[in-house]
Amino acid sequence: MVEFALPKNSKITKGKTWPKPEGAKNVRTFRIYRWNEESGELPRIDTYFVDMDTCGPMVLDALIKIKNEIDPTLAFRRSCREGICGSCAMNIDGINTLACIYGMDEIKGDVKIYPLPHMEVVRDLIPDLTHFYAQHASIMPWLETATNRPQKEWRQSIEDRKKLDGLYECVMCASCSTSCPSYWWNGDRYLGPAALLHAYRWLIDSRDEATGERLDFLEDPFRLYRCHTIMNCAKTCPKGLNPAKAIAEIKKMMVERKM
Amino acid sequence: MSFLTDRARAHGLGSAKEGTHHWWSQRMTAIALVPLGLLFIVPFAQALGDGHEAALALYGHPFHAIVAGLFILVAFNHLRLGLQVVIEDYVHGGARTVALILNMLFCALFAFGGLFAVARIAFAA
Ligand code: SF4
Ligand code: FES
Repeated sequence: MVEFALPKNSKITKGKTWPKPEGAKNVRTFRIYRWNEESGELPRIDTYFVDMDTCGPMVLDALIKIKNEIDPTLAFRRSCREGICGSCAMNIDGINTLACIYGMDEIKGDVKIYPLPHMEVVRDLIPDLTHFYAQHASIMPWLETATNRPQKEWRQSIEDRKKLDGLYECVMCASCSTSCPSYWWNGDRYLGPAALLHAYRWLIDSRDEATGERLDFLEDPFRLYRCHTIMNCAKTCPKGLNPAKAIAEIKKMMVERKM
Repeated sequence: MSFLTDRARAHGLGSAKEGTHHWWSQRMTAIALVPLGLLFIVPFAQALGDGHEAALALYGHPFHAIVAGLFILVAFNHLRLGLQVVIEDYVHGGARTVALILNMLFCALFAFGGLFAVARIAFAA
């Protein structure tokens, strides 16, 4: 639904300023979104100071340092700390990205960190991705076949395998979908760039036998055609992928099968 | 509160089994408007300021009358398709249905109003 202002229960207030580390010479300021349901309070922005001389280079390093040394109540998701699990997506310095592969040297001034935009917040930097994952599951992200399973593997030529490059690398971090205004306003029905990129990944897999059913599923003014090529997805993707292009290719297939 | 499963919520009412036609029509009408627009605007601009008689003479000519008629039809159809997208993006709930119906009515009204005006000049000549 279109919203021009934050809902009443999401108005951000001024938070707590945590003490500076003693004796640190190279201090950086972090402004981080905090909210938890139990407190019954509005979200707030807390200010932390981190000694950069004893901190790793990535934003996630600073978050872990804050959690370990300053404020153990700060909540965020992380796992692999090398850009492969997709857990640590958040809005850093105004863009959606993975905290573990975003270097702090790329940020000027204070480091501002918010949860992914326009999602319900579970707590602090943790958004509720339930619907996002259900949408991904709905596009059948697996090889769908009718032919009997071959004795060995399903064979694929080198050229056909190449078509999956730029698609299979997606780590489902949700940076793209939550950067898309169309997903903000109509995310209940619009599948969003991430799910559509995965849909295309299976549509052009030479081994898959459900191309028609997959296209039927997407043939819808909301599921697919809410994409207006805004391109925020391609701009923000921390893995350098281009979901907008994958969506354009799906639209081409849609037209192709009608002619 | 409702105990719909996550998958049920994601699937909603299922695929509408349309959308491509709308998307394709919007692109086709846009392309058609390039030559039609030029053919319509250039003589129209030239006749500006030449008075009533000149305008009647211009659209009395079958070629210009047909171009004007086609331009009006395609342009208002393109407008309807475009506004429909805007409405679907930004208007929700029951207001969406009302807005979509009004959009159709107004675009049809202007299109057929324009056609009628051109036809009247063309057939009077
Ligand atoms: S396409 Fe990029 S931004 Fe989108 S979910 Fe995949 S990795 Fe994340
Ligand atoms: S912690 Fe795995 S992607 Fe950042």
